[in-house]
Amino acid sequence: MATYLEFIQQNEERDGVRFSWNVWPSSRLEATRMVVPLACLLTPLKERPDLPPVQYEPVLCSRPTCKAVLNPLCQVDYRAKLWACNFCFQRNQFPPAYGGISEVNQPAELMPQFSTIEYMVQRGAQSPLIFLYVVDTCLEEDDLQALKESLQMSLSLLPPDALVGLITFGRMVQVHELSCEGISKSYVFRGTKDLTAKQIQDMLGLTKPATPMQQARPAQPQEHPSVSSRFLQPVHKIDMNLTDLLGELQRDPWPVTQGKRPLRSTGVALSIAVGLLEGTFPNTGARIMLFTGGPPTQGPGMVVGDELKIPIRSWHDIEKDNARFMKKATKHYEMLANRTAANGHCIDIYACALDQTGLLEMKCCANLTGGYMVMGDSFNTSLFKQTFQRIFTKDFNGDFRMAFGATLDVKTSRELKIAGAIGPCVSLNVKGPCVSENELGVGGTSQWKICGLDPTSTLGIYFEVVNQHNAPIPQGGRGAIQFVTRYQHSSTQRRIRVTTIARNWADAQTQLRHIEAAFDQEAAAVLMARLGVFRAESEEGPDVLRWLDRQLIRLCQKFGQYNKEDPASFRLSDSFSLYPQFMFHLRRSPFLQVFNNSPDESSYYRHHFARQDLTQSLIMIQPILYSYSFHGPPEPVLLDSSSILADRILLMDTFFQIVIYLGETIAQWRKAGYQDMPEYENFKHLLQAPLDDAQEILQARFPMPRYINTEHGGSQARFLLSKVNPSQTHNNHYAWGQETGAPILTDDVSLQVFMDHLKKLAVSSAC
Amino acid sequence: MNVNQSIPPVPPFGQPQPVYPGYHQSSYSGQSGSTAPAIPYGAYNGPVPAYQQTPPQGISRALPSSGAPPASTAQAACGQVAYGQFGQGDVQNGPSSTVQMQRLPGSQPFGSPLAPVGSQPAVLQPYGPPPTSTQVTAQLAGMQISGAVAPAPPSSGLGYGPPTSLASASGSFPNSGLYGSYPQGQASPISQAQGHPGIQTPQQSALSQASSFTPPASGGPRLPSMTGPLLPGQDFGGPSVSQPNHVSSPPPQALPPGTQMTGSLGPPPPMHSPQQPGYQPQQNGSFGSARGPQPNYGSPYPAAPTFGSQPGPPQPLPPKRLDPDAIPSPIQVIEDDRNNRGTEPFVTGVRGQVPPLVTTNFLVKDQGNASPRYIRCTSYNIPCTSDMAKQAQVPLAAVIKPLARLPPDEASPYVVDHGESGPLRCNRCKAYMCPFMQFIEGGRRFQCCFCSCINDVPPQYFQHLDHTGKRVDAYDRPELSLGSYEFLATVDYCKNNKFPSPPAFIFMIDVSYNAIRTGLVRLLCEELKSLLDFLPREGGAEESAIRVGFVTYNKVLHFYNVKSSLAQPQMMVVSDVADMFVPLLDGFLVNVSESRAVITSLLDQIPEMFADTRETETVFVPVIQAGMEALKAAECAGKLFLFHTSLPIAEAPGKLKNRDDRKLINTDKEKTLFQPQTGAYQTLAKECVAQGCCIDLFLFPNQYVDVATLSVVPQLTGGSVYKYACFQVENDQERFLSDLRRDVQKVVGFDAVMRVRTSTGIRAVDFFGAFYMSNTTDVELAGLDGDKTVTVEFKHDDRLNEESGALLQCALLYTSCAGQRRLRIHNLALNCCTQLADLYRNCETDTLINYMAKFAYRGVLNSPVKAVRDTLITQCAQILACYRKNCASPSSTGQLILPECMKLLPVYLNCVLKSDVLQPGAEVTTDDRAYVRQLVTSMDVAETNVFFYPRLLPLTKSPIESTTEPPAVRASEERLSNGDIYLLENGLNLFLWVGASVQQGVVQSLFSVSSFSQITSGLSVLPVLDNPLSKKVRGLIDSLRAQRSRYMKLIVVKQEDKLEMLFKHFLVEDKSLSGGASYVDFLCHMHKEIRQLLS
Repeated sequence: MATYLEFIQQNEERDGVRFSWNVWPSSRLEATRMVVPLACLLTPLKERPDLPPVQYEPVLCSRPTCKAVLNPLCQVDYRAKLWACNFCFQRNQFPPAYGGISEVNQPAELMPQFSTIEYMVQRGAQSPLIFLYVVDTCLEEDDLQALKESLQMSLSLLPPDALVGLITFGRMVQVHELSCEGISKSYVFRGTKDLTAKQIQDMLGLTKPATPMQQARPAQPQEHPSVSSRFLQPVHKIDMNLTDLLGELQRDPWPVTQGKRPLRSTGVALSIAVGLLEGTFPNTGARIMLFTGGPPTQGPGMVVGDELKIPIRSWHDIEKDNARFMKKATKHYEMLANRTAANGHCIDIYACALDQTGLLEMKCCANLTGGYMVMGDSFNTSLFKQTFQRIFTKDFNGDFRMAFGATLDVKTSRELKIAGAIGPCVSLNVKGPCVSENELGVGGTSQWKICGLDPTSTLGIYFEVVNQHNAPIPQGGRGAIQFVTRYQHSSTQRRIRVTTIARNWADAQTQLRHIEAAFDQEAAAVLMARLGVFRAESEEGPDVLRWLDRQLIRLCQKFGQYNKEDPASFRLSDSFSLYPQFMFHLRRSPFLQVFNNSPDESSYYRHHFARQDLTQSLIMIQPILYSYSFHGPPEPVLLDSSSILADRILLMDTFFQIVIYLGETIAQWRKAGYQDMPEYENFKHLLQAPLDDAQEILQARFPMPRYINTEHGGSQARFLLSKVNPSQTHNNHYAWGQETGAPILTDDVSLQVFMDHLKKLAVSSAC
Repeated sequence: MNVNQSIPPVPPFGQPQPVYPGYHQSSYSGQSGSTAPAIPYGAYNGPVPAYQQTPPQGISRALPSSGAPPASTAQAACGQVAYGQFGQGDVQNGPSSTVQMQRLPGSQPFGSPLAPVGSQPAVLQPYGPPPTSTQVTAQLAGMQISGAVAPAPPSSGLGYGPPTSLASASGSFPNSGLYGSYPQGQASPISQAQGHPGIQTPQQSALSQASSFTPPASGGPRLPSMTGPLLPGQDFGGPSVSQPNHVSSPPPQALPPGTQMTGSLGPPPPMHSPQQPGYQPQQNGSFGSARGPQPNYGSPYPAAPTFGSQPGPPQPLPPKRLDPDAIPSPIQVIEDDRNNRGTEPFVTGVRGQVPPLVTTNFLVKDQGNASPRYIRCTSYNIPCTSDMAKQAQVPLAAVIKPLARLPPDEASPYVVDHGESGPLRCNRCKAYMCPFMQFIEGGRRFQCCFCSCINDVPPQYFQHLDHTGKRVDAYDRPELSLGSYEFLATVDYCKNNKFPSPPAFIFMIDVSYNAIRTGLVRLLCEELKSLLDFLPREGGAEESAIRVGFVTYNKVLHFYNVKSSLAQPQMMVVSDVADMFVPLLDGFLVNVSESRAVITSLLDQIPEMFADTRETETVFVPVIQAGMEALKAAECAGKLFLFHTSLPIAEAPGKLKNRDDRKLINTDKEKTLFQPQTGAYQTLAKECVAQGCCIDLFLFPNQYVDVATLSVVPQLTGGSVYKYACFQVENDQERFLSDLRRDVQKVVGFDAVMRVRTSTGIRAVDFFGAFYMSNTTDVELAGLDGDKTVTVEFKHDDRLNEESGALLQCALLYTSCAGQRRLRIHNLALNCCTQLADLYRNCETDTLINYMAKFAYRGVLNSPVKAVRDTLITQCAQILACYRKNCASPSSTGQLILPECMKLLPVYLNCVLKSDVLQPGAEVTTDDRAYVRQLVTSMDVAETNVFFYPRLLPLTKSPIESTTEPPAVRASEERLSNGDIYLLENGLNLFLWVGASVQQGVVQSLFSVSSFSQITSGLSVLPVLDNPLSKKVRGLIDSLRAQRSRYMKLIVVKQEDKLEMLFKHFLVEDKSLSGGASYVDFLCHMHKEIRQLLS
């Protein structure tokens, strides 16, 4: 087992890939019986400090339908200077530059350790990065002030030659012209009117002047850059101007009467931002950064009316089909998101408000374009400020951790087909021989576009084994998959990263043990969770849960060891042992449960779940709980109510929240002020330890989690209590009075009950 | 009037019917003399007498020769003759006959016999034509000659001069001088025109030519010629005052003529002397009071004598023409009115008084009726029944200028505050308290004078009555003693029950390529910087309460935030012209003094920002929409100043296409040229009116901009349109800036509603002007300034009572410049009559023309222009025929008899008919027509008067020292002497016409060039020179401009230059190139129409 763990670890570190199965069942039938599909989590831009990009372009298979990249798995005839594509078996000539190739003089891409390699493309004009700020001005004074300061600060973090633009909106939408002296100019749009891209470009004067004028002036080509440059200017040229402009930004001046929400034209503002970039810089890396402090209340994309007495939609309303603006708004933002994706731009949403801001409707903007989604209570919080700052952090090379306009091209060997992908991507609708008819996630294509991605962006990619049972694969045969990611690096270079992996085939009937042993339950849990969350977006919550349960039961039936109708005899091997527990927590997670969450929160959680890498995803599914005590060093403990003890400090990391929870006794001690007494310095250290650890997590995570410091009986303790396994409740508090933890006041089933049921069902012959 | 026929009746009529008298007098005056009323005729009378005396003889001769016609009225004949020749005095007859004559050549020779022409023609022909021509020419010739000949002039001068001078001392002097010149001019043209056969013609022509040209030759003679003119002047002056002089003068006259033209002239002199004497008595007796001097007549008369001498020859040939001098002269009428009514203040206490003419300077004392500056009626005596009214066909209309500016010595209306309960009104008809309300029951109640409802007097308003039934406090309360006053409105009178905020001005500047290229934008921005200090303010307010905003636009709109707290102005571009909105709230409309720095900075930058624009397309409707929305957002009324250059062809609401098509003229589709292209403009205008948003449009077109459509919104919102075709800063700067300044500074009432209430029996049925009406009674005016006029037509809906008369109350609810809501009330009481004659005696022709022009100008929107013209002619003919039938003494149908008050109706109507709108010449563009059309719609009486009949002022005839305006001459080429310089103005245009043989010294002192040929044609500015003549002329130009609401650009026209065509267009008594009839021809035509109606 250890070997497999290491193998998985190693593969992940080298290729950024984790498969649910690391030995593949060799027939379609067997594969479907495995319950958990053959799939992988791919982190296309996983940071590889040890992997410098090569300065040339990849060699491609000459078959037009294949175009796979030369890789270590290819058979090479050094004498004939030929190589055989391992996907389509086409024999290809090496290009002239490879003339000197030999067994000892291999190009990097042929060396086994370079299963992942990055090429740098020298061709093509380099265009600067573009940052377009779309700023809501319907904010409270101090919120706006904080936002302005953050924006001004961000100017210093941007690459100096990056282009910036500013759009502000409230009741109206203003596109600011940045290049003027003596008078500040802006183009104003009504916030209630949906405009086509063409109209927007006409109104901004981005289209070429009328034809008669064209004839008059031959110097047409030069016109274009100057036109677009009115709204997008290099930071280094206008940072003073822009700083002043931001400084002078006022709250939306239109009066808001009592009992009304301010009129906020988010839908139009975004539409204009998209239209502006579409007209000026299509297919160039660009971020539209939307900062909003409330829900869109007018025009296309409005989420709620301006009457305060009508609250914004809740899950309850949505279930009752009572959310009258939702469908229209969602459609509007989906349309925008698709356009943005087509142009290779991405949209970030920074929504800071106490109430919902319409993320449910707007989520697709970030989801489909690979933009960020950040949700906070106020712009005047460190959560927002630091999160925002973290967007501009740099990697070990001094490059921004962001990439743009990527296309992911997946190639498989013949036995496999591509069923789909789940992640911050859109389909490019490229049909090919390796595209499956069965879709899982976004399918029907072998290429996806990921408009914005960073080193942690992770896609779940699902495959289907299509090899028929009666066409066994020869012993030692390996299946191969190649991931080709073309993207614009933050240094504006075009790059191509190629990852080629191969796994062994095994006959499920004869070699089930191998396959079982090569099961990656963590990856499988995340991949199944993604599927579940993906389904939850379009299906009723209970249906998804039932589906998950059925999958789990079938998996247990397939891989458990038991006697029929004897739940007590049920055993799972080590490689599956944690899987049911993940599923238990997943069922309780906000990704599938909407109870207690607003639609916005659900959208927010799901957004992040669909893009984080395996480790983070697991934390999201099953939060980590550390316990601090005088009894020894901090230790991870069960996420269980039994871990809540009076003399412990608990640190819980749910990805979105960091909770520090002081046990009853500890809280009393602290209240009594022992930590300030020199003789109890160890207590002070004990109090400090979780804080330090929390800081560490906070520093590393994007987006910044909500930091909660609470104690026994504190109102915020609910964050902890809602996550732990309710092994003790008011219903079964058999150990009352003993130091065995805290009862959770819930009717939810505990893990034990869940497992009992699972065993019962798994061994039942009924299903 | 039939000169002939009327003559006999004259004496009798004269007395009974003032109208007649006028005519008779004129024609007969000599004879009848008794009929004083007709002022204009008075002049005639003067001459007439002369005729009578001499003419009788002549007539008698003539009669025989002519045959039957003369016989009809021997005496009359004399008169007629006089008319015929001179004519005109008798004017109507003369002309008509001549016209007819001309038309029917066959008849002419013996016109008299011919039926159509009637007796008149006959009379005229025989006597008139021949004698006139001959006599006139003879006389004129004599005059001129005398003028021309060095020695002669002095004599004439002496002869006349003295009298004139003496007489003139009284005031007629200068006029006479001027006129004097005309006769000469006239004479010659006439003679030529007539081209009479036989001896006369040659003689005449020779004479005339000689006369006309000799002066130049002589050079020096000029002066004499000047004096020459004086002679007639004497005649003029003579009639009333100078007669004695005349008497003396005749001899001198006699002398000169005698010397020169012994044959022909010989007779005149004697005639003269006798005439004059005869004259005076007559005049004094009959017209003395009413008559003014009529120079024109003067000259004609002298001819009369000649008549006698040359009856024979003229008869056969000359019948063709009337002497223009003999037909009613606007100049004379105006002059008479000035002299007779200009001195006494007009006291409004008496019901149904006809006010002095608009051309007269007079002071008004409000004693219970509104000043004629506020309201003028077509008639001050209304027929009691609708049958009568229908019979007379005289439109009953009032021209109301509710916010008229008053001369400094008249007090503006008092403001009355009735406290929280608001102005006291009748409970039933809602009429406001006014002097006509009857208090009864000891003052506890009052009876409404409009609807007779009896209302309780509220306790706080109670006051005891005196023994006459008048309230004791009547004279302390303006609303009980004055015709015009204002009430402070309460909140009930305000929109949304909220007192209004002060209004705002928004300047909306076209910054497309054309506007930038011409320098307009730079000029405008520069001007605005200082102009903003002079926004209208109320009373003694320190600074104006009006806020200002700025917008520039081409295909898109740019709004500016000029909030005082900003370091630099902010520009906000709105490109969504299809769905206009205002992008900002705060900082768009600002107080000038607070935001001065930002505004100045903005105005500095606008020309720079767009300096290299290439945008040529503009929008229009969205611009107005934006302004309106801005006012709506600011919850105030206001005014938009729109500076626009081109046809709005950019893709936007209200987009227009070029539809200028001259081929449509004179077709049934011609009306489309006056109609707006799309309904969008009307819809927009309605919204503007609802918001109290008034639009003033300044147009700077290089080509067709479709004024008909663009002016819809200004028109319906009570705004003004200014048009500067082919604007160039160098040439048009002064005019534009002056108009702009005046327009910005003028006091405006905003968001106004006007309602005209009438006493039972009549009611307001139709309204003309620049406003919008959403129902049939309320005139809604987004803005109303002191120049805008509303013409209201009344119709009977019941019988009127002679005793109680008819009352009008015009109530205007408006927001003042300071944002105060007020009600201005004008009351006017009119008489009612059961006799048509009373109606005709109390008419006001100028007002009538104002109404008819507006009626016709609106008619062209819906009917072919020809139909409109015909309607006008028919109506006019009906009016005159009715008079003739019911009021004039029985006489031959051949005579044209005009009511005294309407004797100018034909000439003015002719001017309306040949105006650019109704009869466009080739050079008049479609835009010009639409522009004029909408302009006239809101003109007041004074403006229409001068617009249709321009003033022609000779500059070099009166002595340089005289400070008064020179007397005008009639607008006819015949009146121009090539040795003189004339100014012509019609309220829109100003020409300086320079005769070809003007003295070099004059040229030098006016133009600073050495000769006529060096004068730049089309010059628009006179050089500033330090000499009396230059100063005087420039001073005169300035004073003329000051009198008009729009700056008149000067155009210097040289005689015989190509620009002269343009100038001649304004000589409205002549035949126009576009086919408009000459005065004489038209008069004849009118006569024919009338006769047809009568038969």
